[in-house]
Amino acid sequence: MPALGADMSAGTLIEWQKQPGDSVQRGDIIAVVHTDKADVEVETFTAGVLEELLVEPGTKVPVGTPLALIREAGAPAPAAPAPSAPAAAPGRLLISPSARHLAEELGVDPGTVRGTGPGGRIQRKDVEAAARPPTPAPARAAPGPPAAPPAEERGAAMRRAIAAAMARSKREIPHFYLGTTVDMSNAVRWLAEENLRRDVPDRLLHGVLFVKTVALALREFPEVNATWRDEEVVPGGGVHVGIAVSLRGGGLVAPAIHDTDTLTLDELMRAFRDLTSRARAGSLRSSELSDPTITVTSIGERGVESMYGVIFPPQVAIVGFGKVVERPWISEGQILPCPVVTATVSADHRVTDGHRAGLFLAAIDRLLQAPEEL
Amino acid sequence: MTTMTYREAVREAIREALASDKRVFLMGEDVGRYGGAFAVSHGLLEEFGPERVRDAPLSESAFVGAGIGAALAGMRPIVEVMTINFSLLALDQIVNNAATIRYMSGGQFGVPLVVRMATGGGRQLAAQHAHSLEAWYAHVPGIKALAPATVADARWMLPAALADPDPVFLFEHATLYPLEGEADEPGGPAELGRAAVRRQGSDVTLVTYGGALGKCLDAAARLAEEGVEAEVVDLRSLRPLDLDTVLASVARTHRAVLVDEGWRTVGLVAEVSARIMEEGFDLLDWPVRRVCGAEAPMPYAKHLEEAALPSPDSIVAAVRETLA
Amino acid sequence: MSAAPAVSPALDREQGLALLRELLLIRRFEEKAAELYSLGKIRGFLHLYIGEEAVATGAVPALGPEDALVATYRDHGHALARGLPAASLMAEMYGKATGCSRGRGGSMHFFDAERRFYGGYAIVGGGLPIAVGLALADKLTGRDRITGCFFGEGAVVEGEFHESMNLAALWRLPVLFLCENNLYAMGTAVERSQAQLDLSLRAQGYGVPSESVDGMDVLAVREAARRGVEAVRGGGGPYLVEFRTYRFRAHSMADPDLYRTKEEIEEWQKRDPIRLFAAVLREQGLLEDAEVEELERSVAEEIDAAVAEAEAAPWEPVGDLLKDVYAA
Repeated sequence: MPALGADMSAGTLIEWQKQPGDSVQRGDIIAVVHTDKADVEVETFTAGVLEELLVEPGTKVPVGTPLALIREAGAPAPAAPAPSAPAAAPGRLLISPSARHLAEELGVDPGTVRGTGPGGRIQRKDVEAAARPPTPAPARAAPGPPAAPPAEERGAAMRRAIAAAMARSKREIPHFYLGTTVDMSNAVRWLAEENLRRDVPDRLLHGVLFVKTVALALREFPEVNATWRDEEVVPGGGVHVGIAVSLRGGGLVAPAIHDTDTLTLDELMRAFRDLTSRARAGSLRSSELSDPTITVTSIGERGVESMYGVIFPPQVAIVGFGKVVERPWISEGQILPCPVVTATVSADHRVTDGHRAGLFLAAIDRLLQAPEEL
Repeated sequence: MTTMTYREAVREAIREALASDKRVFLMGEDVGRYGGAFAVSHGLLEEFGPERVRDAPLSESAFVGAGIGAALAGMRPIVEVMTINFSLLALDQIVNNAATIRYMSGGQFGVPLVVRMATGGGRQLAAQHAHSLEAWYAHVPGIKALAPATVADARWMLPAALADPDPVFLFEHATLYPLEGEADEPGGPAELGRAAVRRQGSDVTLVTYGGALGKCLDAAARLAEEGVEAEVVDLRSLRPLDLDTVLASVARTHRAVLVDEGWRTVGLVAEVSARIMEEGFDLLDWPVRRVCGAEAPMPYAKHLEEAALPSPDSIVAAVRETLA
Repeated sequence: MSAAPAVSPALDREQGLALLRELLLIRRFEEKAAELYSLGKIRGFLHLYIGEEAVATGAVPALGPEDALVATYRDHGHALARGLPAASLMAEMYGKATGCSRGRGGSMHFFDAERRFYGGYAIVGGGLPIAVGLALADKLTGRDRITGCFFGEGAVVEGEFHESMNLAALWRLPVLFLCENNLYAMGTAVERSQAQLDLSLRAQGYGVPSESVDGMDVLAVREAARRGVEAVRGGGGPYLVEFRTYRFRAHSMADPDLYRTKEEIEEWQKRDPIRLFAAVLREQGLLEDAEVEELERSVAEEIDAAVAEAEAAPWEPVGDLLKDVYAA
């Protein structure tokens, strides 16, 4: 920004007369700037090639601020900037072997990870960071009244979206509700044994058993694994169970675990953790949000014994599990303490009925009796 | 708990061998009347006499070759070559004879020879007294090469070497002789062919041998103050190399920095680096780094010599680079 | 024609024929080896002993079966004279697993533990320190054994010769140094490489007693070797015998022999050790023509059998490549 008057301290760039790549000679008019007094043409005192425009039209900058870069004739072209992640060859990701394995393990998509190693190479710590929820974003410093912090903004928008979806669901879908109490002694015992053999990070949660049984049961009741679009039942292409994840600061998402019925419990557990962390980090893929064929919500850790959910359209059912509690149970004429859980289904009466939904729940019950086969 | 110097430990090992096995004798320049160039054999001539503690003339080729011949005929000689730099005079006997006779004779003969030599720099002795040429020995099939870096290894590697039916070369870093330490374990011939984890850590694996071990431990202490925990692996055996221990460590830390006083180009840790890449590729979160001797003959001036050798500073710097 | 050497009164017909047979065995073995080499059956380097047979034949038997023997890469004659079977040597040169070194060494590296034959070395002078060590072991253990160490005159200017002579003399070790002076170290004549041609002076320089004999005369060789063995066994330290000899063939099969004149070779060939000794035996009435034929036939049979065995022998499996790099 040239000094165009003794008392000029700043000027506003109005427009550029030349573009990057243009050859310029001494004396060429390169821009028009606005001072307090007038619009003035700015000439260049350097011959060469206009390399880069540094200031946007409409911006006011102090006198002395560089406006553009001109490469003088004869000066060598600057070295190409070091490539940032990912590396030169298109489609080739720079990631250390160990980080690649870790990414697989944690279910992190390397393509979404920002690498901090040389050349933008992804290291283990980058994968670990991607798998973790982020620390709250610091407030942006800005001139004038501060804008609302991003997290709050996101939260408010989400609540509005959920409100709309739930209202629509209740309006349009004729819900009916079934519930059953399931004897969990086999499952609890089996889970305890399995977890003894696992390190803490690899331990299985009850939720993983619930999700798997639902997925397997859906094979027998495909009408519940469907969506309702345009007045029609559209069968789900596969079993993609949506996991309801509550977000910190309020809100709920239910991303899908694709092909849930084909995964082992360990794979499910990993997917579980991965989705949860990414959901909270806000890095879910859109396919994960649009693909669920059914949702499972497991609210047991809140202490609630039974949960009758609201179906997420265009799905046609939602399965709920409460807390695993010890209750008196009759077994061979005896009253014995027994771990039980209440399993429920809220289903769309346009698509199914009490009989079928009841059998669906019974199938889940049956599968939970043989956890070793899951 | 017995504490002694590295020098005393080697002496004790030789003494015990001479006392317990008539086939053993010590032969080398100034091992007898002079008491050893590094005072290792001090007192042994008086205890065992000139037949078993033999002062040899300045004829490296002849007395190393004589060690080979004597070993062929059933003795268990300990040949002392004053420094690895002088051993070059005997390389014909070592590489062309000691390393080959078992193989070349179709297994009829073996050479149960032990050769000890001082090695390394750091004492301003300049270019003909200060090099680390262990890599050349580690290169040769048919011999074994060991680098005792602790007082315990100085005490217990020698009996294991004497029991080995093949030629074994022991490299004693000259700066280690006054080192004090415990010599009780293992109380018998040391396990050969295995590396040892000298310090546990989870953030980076430092791999080294001989005189550089102390520098790595110093570097690890400094790194710990910065919150970086380095695992230090002492190779102990240069041929054969124990890559299992190294890889198990890299499996935990995912980073390896290899430290070697010898020259970097075609150096000993270049082999370790290649093996880590070949066998532990998937463990690495960062390329393997090496901290080695500078590509120059060893200078005399103190500051130059220091700059020519790995130091705790340069090791710390290399580790920091891998954690960028 | 040179004067017939004196015959030791101890030499009888049996001994005489035995010596002649040995000379013939070595000669015919070497000739056969040359033939097999040109056929490609024997590979690598082949150093023939033709012309020098009297040295091994006369000197090797002076050593006892308990004594040790070190030789050079030109070791066929010494190995045969030491009693290593022709078949095992032939197989070794073929590279077969039944060779004396299991095919691992070839022509230059014959080894035999039972007969205390410690090689076969390719490095000129490389065997001398080993001989010193073998003798040292005997001294340390008080065993009444000596070590015979053969080497060529080319080794005399290698550092290892000087170191070994000095060390053996200094420690009074039972080493019998046996120098085969065939006047050429590969292609370099002795006058062009040695500032001091008199080996006895060199030996003297180390305080080692020595003598020099006609290496083409098997009886002279035998006597000198016996004197040397006796001197060394006496415990007085090393002894050096120089055998003045000549190889009728080139340094090796690869050598075009451009550094010698045909005249010189022919001159030496007049003193062919076999012809010389046969003449001596004839003059003494200890040899008939028919016997010569019989010896030749027997030798030819032995060699042909050796070749046949070598041809039929198995190869060491490639999978055993890494065997015996170490003991275990």
